Amino acid sequence: MVQIIGIWVASLLTLCIFSFLYKDNPFYKFAEHLFVGVSAGYWAMYSWYNILVPNLGRPLFIEHEFILVIPLILGILMLLRLFPKVGWLSRWPLAFIVGMTSGYYLVTFLQTNALEQARATIIPLNHINNIILIIGVLTGLLYFFFSTRHKGGIGFAARIGRMFLMVAFGASFGYTVMARISLLIGRMYFLLGEWLHII
Amino acid sequence: MILLFLIASFSISAYDTPNDAGSSITLKFSSSLPFISGEVMRKNSDGEFERMASICSSDSSWMDNFTVDGVEYFYKIVLTTEEGIVTSETVSAVSSPQWFHKGRTIMLVMVILVCGFILFFIREARGGKELYVRPIAGIEALDEAVGRATELGRPIMFITGIMDMDDLQTIAGITILRRVAKKAAEYEAQVLVPTSRSLVMTAAQETVKEAYYDAGRPDIFNPDNIFYLTDDQFGFAAGCDGIMVREKPGAIFFMGSFYAESLILAETGHSTGAIQIAGTAMPSQLPFFVTACDYTLIGEEFFAASAYLSRDPLQLGSLKGQDWGKLIFFALIVVGTVLMTFGITVIRNILMVR
Repeated sequence: MVQIIGIWVASLLTLCIFSFLYKDNPFYKFAEHLFVGVSAGYWAMYSWYNILVPNLGRPLFIEHEFILVIPLILGILMLLRLFPKVGWLSRWPLAFIVGMTSGYYLVTFLQTNALEQARATIIPLNHINNIILIIGVLTGLLYFFFSTRHKGGIGFAARIGRMFLMVAFGASFGYTVMARISLLIGRMYFLLGEWLHII
Repeated sequence: MILLFLIASFSISAYDTPNDAGSSITLKFSSSLPFISGEVMRKNSDGEFERMASICSSDSSWMDNFTVDGVEYFYKIVLTTEEGIVTSETVSAVSSPQWFHKGRTIMLVMVILVCGFILFFIREARGGKELYVRPIAGIEALDEAVGRATELGRPIMFITGIMDMDDLQTIAGITILRRVAKKAAEYEAQVLVPTSRSLVMTAAQETVKEAYYDAGRPDIFNPDNIFYLTDDQFGFAAGCDGIMVREKPGAIFFMGSFYAESLILAETGHSTGAIQIAGTAMPSQLPFFVTACDYTLIGEEFFAASAYLSRDPLQLGSLKGQDWGKLIFFALIVVGTVLMTFGITVIRNILMVR
């Protein structure tokens, strides 16, 4: 019985969301507000039980890992935004997060997005596919040179690079649209199969 | 006699695992004789040998990841062969952490080179040298979009993606938000910033507030225009869609890290008739923004935007320095490919990070 009610609720909410395809309407508004509210509540509980309690509460107050006092203080500073007189203190944890992130990802990105990519691009020019790949990478790289005027030979190469990018985007677009259609098929299968038992 | 021969044909060595944070010893062994089963035995200086792992004939090494740094451990391998039990000689090793990972030397070199270029060009820019940045269509349209929204009497909507402040794209989006908000403040327009992360909301509120102060219009700053919706990806998309169709913003900016919600957002924005400018470094989402938006900042154009807009020497110098970094990679690929064609793999090997 509970399962049947669940299927009916999910199906009606799906139709409410699909009604947006016609235009904004009270059914969509209801589903939208319900979705946003429920998901916000869900993520609040998720953060409490899966992030704060296991990563801060338990290690600090039960296992006495006092180093965790630092993130606790940073978190409290963040909450000081609620008090206008001392709200400026919330900039400190923000500055810490932004600075730490930039430094941390410098090494990660240099390895994965630069060194590994460059290494994978170094291939022998013994096949037409390899030659196209090299031309695409080098001209694409030239397109992303910002401190040089894109005129003459560099401009021509940058235009070729842009063409390669657009071809890649087109292929990616088609691929993703196909994936989205499979999601739609899944939803239609739910409506017509599990709910209406037509198929 | 047979056992002596078996021992002679079985070699074993133990050493501290290189390039690690300690607590690990590597055992290398080789046997020219087939064996039915084998066991790795370990003891410290005052204990008894105890079994640590089983090995099979295809194994040639085993890593002990449960050692205490500075303590000497003794290892031997006991093999069961058809002729009987064979025990290897006992070897010992001490584990210790290494300060420097030799397999990542190339990373150090590249970081020094790129950072060196950036610092050099920042110095040049601060010294008054004019650094050129090529025009980027999407960036030049930012002011136009804000102006158009103001003329229509509609708000501006700015979405910083669905990731948190630990994502560089979100940080870049917040930087562009400052410029957009300042321009909006000058035109007395309102900027709506729905966010999917509480930290992003905090950062966006600070940024927009400062932008309104910079423009000399703190009186029209409304903190309620920068608000949190939900962490949920599609809940956030549904919420943004609702705002788009109800508030009908004159300009919509998508600047940050986006995933599957990108087309839902961009398509809804397009249907409201708003001028749309997107910027992201997510390769899988760029095609959707290119299709549904008026202008798209592709990949690094997005990161270059703030330097282009602000003309700040610090950011211009960084941009120029990064260009030189790209030039190094360009050269490495060209030289490496030519050498690779002739079977020389030296450049490819140099770029290997372990």
